[in-house]
Amino acid sequence: MTVSIKVPTPNAFTRILSVGAYSPSRIVDNDEVCLKIDSNNEWIVERSGIQERRYAAEDESVLDMAVKAAKIAVERAGIDPSEIGVLLLASCTYPYLTPSAAVQVAAQIGAVGIPATDISSACAGFCYGVGMASDIIRSGNAKYALVIGAEKLTDWFLDDDRSIAFLFGDGAGAVIIGPSDTPGIGPTVWGSDGTQTAALGIAPSFIEQRKDPANNVPMLYMQGQTVFRWAITEMARVAKEAVDAAGITVDQLDAFIPHQANNRITDALVRSLKIPEHVHVSRDIVTSGNTSAASIPIAMSRVVSEGSAPSGGLALIIGFGAGLAYAAQVVTLP
Amino acid sequence: MSEDILAGLAGIVNEVAGVPAEDVQLDKSFVDDLDVDSLSMVEVVMACEDKWGVKIPDSEVKNLKTVGDAVKFISAHV
Repeated sequence: MTVSIKVPTPNAFTRILSVGAYSPSRIVDNDEVCLKIDSNNEWIVERSGIQERRYAAEDESVLDMAVKAAKIAVERAGIDPSEIGVLLLASCTYPYLTPSAAVQVAAQIGAVGIPATDISSACAGFCYGVGMASDIIRSGNAKYALVIGAEKLTDWFLDDDRSIAFLFGDGAGAVIIGPSDTPGIGPTVWGSDGTQTAALGIAPSFIEQRKDPANNVPMLYMQGQTVFRWAITEMARVAKEAVDAAGITVDQLDAFIPHQANNRITDALVRSLKIPEHVHVSRDIVTSGNTSAASIPIAMSRVVSEGSAPSGGLALIIGFGAGLAYAAQVVTLP
Repeated sequence: MSEDILAGLAGIVNEVAGVPAEDVQLDKSFVDDLDVDSLSMVEVVMACEDKWGVKIPDSEVKNLKTVGDAVKFISAHV
């Protein structure tokens, strides 16, 4: 006898209902960074656009920051934490392999029991999460999703590493995604290039260090020129594909919120995509530094709170980084 | 040929980094004399690849210290 199994009732559309962000209180300017590296304010601003970044306190963890951002997003969405059907947390700096950060965030925001897992896609992680969460909701397997990007990069580089130390900061951002009567999250254009693991990452592994203590502890490494070249060529193409896939044109955007990797990358993308002047371009890196998976939701929160683009306006978001990996969507702003 | 490449490269360096084209001479160092930083160098290299149809791999970029190095590399590979 042929029987058919039940499947969830799908939702046609999804959108970002709310965004929240948390940045640590300690502001570190370029002069302070230059106490440890042979550089100066002008050099750092010219190469990255960064004027200052936020450092978490010694005892402030990825979890702490994730929970703070998540609580803001949940409150702004006006939902009860128990209504969250899936929690996805993107981070490359959470220092435990297991259990996941996501299950602990769920517990700490009052949502014990919900499905929760981490995403390991570094700076692309938030947009991976938005794509997966949107599709999970469209399938009907969840009504609301909490997607978080949370990072404490300062645990993973030496403050005297001239090539890295000026770039990174700490923080967290989160969104609630839910069903919508109208399209609010466009198709995800995403992918990876696993032939380029040498370009960016954290190494060696703890195992290698344990086997031979003469090895360094795991630390961030980056081939800046390789990543820059990839970002300004391939990500321009990916961003354009995401705009095309959403069925809009670049001049119909209200905001461009790229991963805050480096203002020079943002400049090049703006030129390549021919983004017109009326489109707000996020430059949150100037005061937050590069916060990896957290950078897009932190920047988005700022766009919304400062009114740089209207609620319901269209924003192109694109995350890219270690893997190499990338993901991009056009979304309506909460 | 080399003169044409030097003139083309001078135009690119001017466009990317705002360096006056007449300052782009064979003996000039990109970093020390022309203040072309590592990221601008990537953009210069990409523009050269487009203009002359050559492939300049990342591993080669660090060897292009002077304008002359770049002109020589491009001349040998066009």
